[in-house]
Amino acid sequence: MFTVDSISIRYEKKSVIRDFSFSVKQGEVVSIIGPNGSGKSTLLKAVSRLIPYHEGTVELEGTNLSAMSSKQVARKMCMLSQKNQAPNDMTVIDLVSYGRYPHKKWFEKLNQEDNEIVKWALDKTHLAEYKDRTISSLSGGEAQRAWIAMALAQRPKILLLDEPTTYLDISHQYEVLELVRALNKEMGMTILMVLHDLNHASSYSDQIVVVQAGEKAMSGTPNEVMTTDMIRHIYRMDAEIQYYSPDNKPRIHLISPAR
Amino acid sequence: MTNTSRSWTIVIITFLLAIVAAIIAIGLGSVSISIPDILRTIFTSSSEAVNDTIIWDIRLPRVLLALIIGANIAISGALLQGVMGNPLADPGLTGVTSGAAACVLIIMLALPEYTQFIPVAAFVGGLVASSIVYALAWRRNGISPITIILSGVAVNALCGGIIGWLSIMFSDRLPAAVQWLNGSLAAKGNNALYMVLPYAIGGWILSIFAIRKANIIRLGDQVASNLGENVNRIRILLSLLAVFLAAISVAAIGMVGFVGLVVPHMARLLVGSDYKFMLPMSMGLGALVLLIADTGGRILFSPLDIPAGILMAVIGAPYFLYLMRRRTF
Repeated sequence: MFTVDSISIRYEKKSVIRDFSFSVKQGEVVSIIGPNGSGKSTLLKAVSRLIPYHEGTVELEGTNLSAMSSKQVARKMCMLSQKNQAPNDMTVIDLVSYGRYPHKKWFEKLNQEDNEIVKWALDKTHLAEYKDRTISSLSGGEAQRAWIAMALAQRPKILLLDEPTTYLDISHQYEVLELVRALNKEMGMTILMVLHDLNHASSYSDQIVVVQAGEKAMSGTPNEVMTTDMIRHIYRMDAEIQYYSPDNKPRIHLISPAR
Repeated sequence: MTNTSRSWTIVIITFLLAIVAAIIAIGLGSVSISIPDILRTIFTSSSEAVNDTIIWDIRLPRVLLALIIGANIAISGALLQGVMGNPLADPGLTGVTSGAAACVLIIMLALPEYTQFIPVAAFVGGLVASSIVYALAWRRNGISPITIILSGVAVNALCGGIIGWLSIMFSDRLPAAVQWLNGSLAAKGNNALYMVLPYAIGGWILSIFAIRKANIIRLGDQVASNLGENVNRIRILLSLLAVFLAAISVAAIGMVGFVGLVVPHMARLLVGSDYKFMLPMSMGLGALVLLIADTGGRILFSPLDIPAGILMAVIGAPYFLYLMRRRTF
């Protein structure tokens, strides 16, 4: 559904991502992990067209992304950054309504259908009762949910999230990731995200892609990828891995820096 | 819903206030005219000949010019603040005003036979100066208030130098330009009004189309481009419109500072940052503020006519400092 084929990205003259390929199937949750500075956020920004890539192709539902207009892309794909800034006086419902923007011509107003989609997005993110509050009055987790609600109102086929849990405390992290899982399970929305926390990646993903120094180190199911070897090799840490029921997904306990 | 109607009420009240202020301003001056007389002259034109001349040839054009130019500069400031994501941006600080003034002065003093090109020269000068400020202030993650002020200071100093140099080179022709340099609406008459009006109306119509784009930019570059917008193209188009509105104002009456800075900020306090309200609010409030500045300068020290630009600087600069203290940006 979403295919990245040997793309390379350079910042000024420095090569940041080299010959990187992976693909995301319809209805999958895919996480990109890797150490700081490995290029994972850059990769996500490039495949969402926020920054240019220099070689290779990105295909969305069989169409080359660079052959599509920005608006066409915006109707199918939505990317949410780590931290977003809304004007101080913007209300939740106003923000979420902007998600309908790519579906409108420049003079069109929101119609009944749009308003229903906005209401649905607010319900999904449990923000219905906050709709007239300003974004700046919300807690970090609530604000992140409001931005996700805007993304939902955009009705994308694939949702890209750049470290959606950074800046949030553990209960809000859990809340956001559970929401992402619900969107995937209930609506079949395809998810591609960058995550820092290995346990989050492990328990919420169908597929994990590991980036190291701008190159793909490995990819596969959490059980294939999360091994003591991988953690020692990529993060230079010794770890212990346990498997818990019911899903038997790996749980990582870090022990000490690798010798 | 209530917020929307509240904002519209404030906008409408401001426009009504501007109209009332305009009628009062027409009556004020060395010959004072009562409001019934003014209304009778304007709407029936069957009153005394003296009042007729004073109103139609002197006061009405001046009042209309103040309203139009106040609206232009305020809209320009509101657009620039949106484009740069920075509440300190205005045509003065970003070099538009002084760049336009320097180019206009080149024509006024050095090439007086080409006065018909003054509006074009103002636009080109404003565009060049603001592009330089833009280029100097731009960093990877946007424009910070500090870099815009610093690069604005540098470019304004350069334009000030050009203006000073021209004044010395052509000191014999300078007296005619002094009033203009200080942003005076005195003795402009119908010519300046007819020069500005078509451009202004064109600019206002384009501003209506700018509202939606300016609103999207408020969400930041990444979100705007994620919503399918070409952010750089919006920036360039909105900047061009802002420079156009400010430059034609400079071409008509010279340098008037602070309207473009103070008015959009007041508008934001009153109706919020949504451009659907903020832009018309800036327009009405800008018209009102410049009219008050011009009328104040005209009657406070009568028979002296203090240029509106000077009065705006005296009122505007302290307000600017107050904004800096409150750190609302």
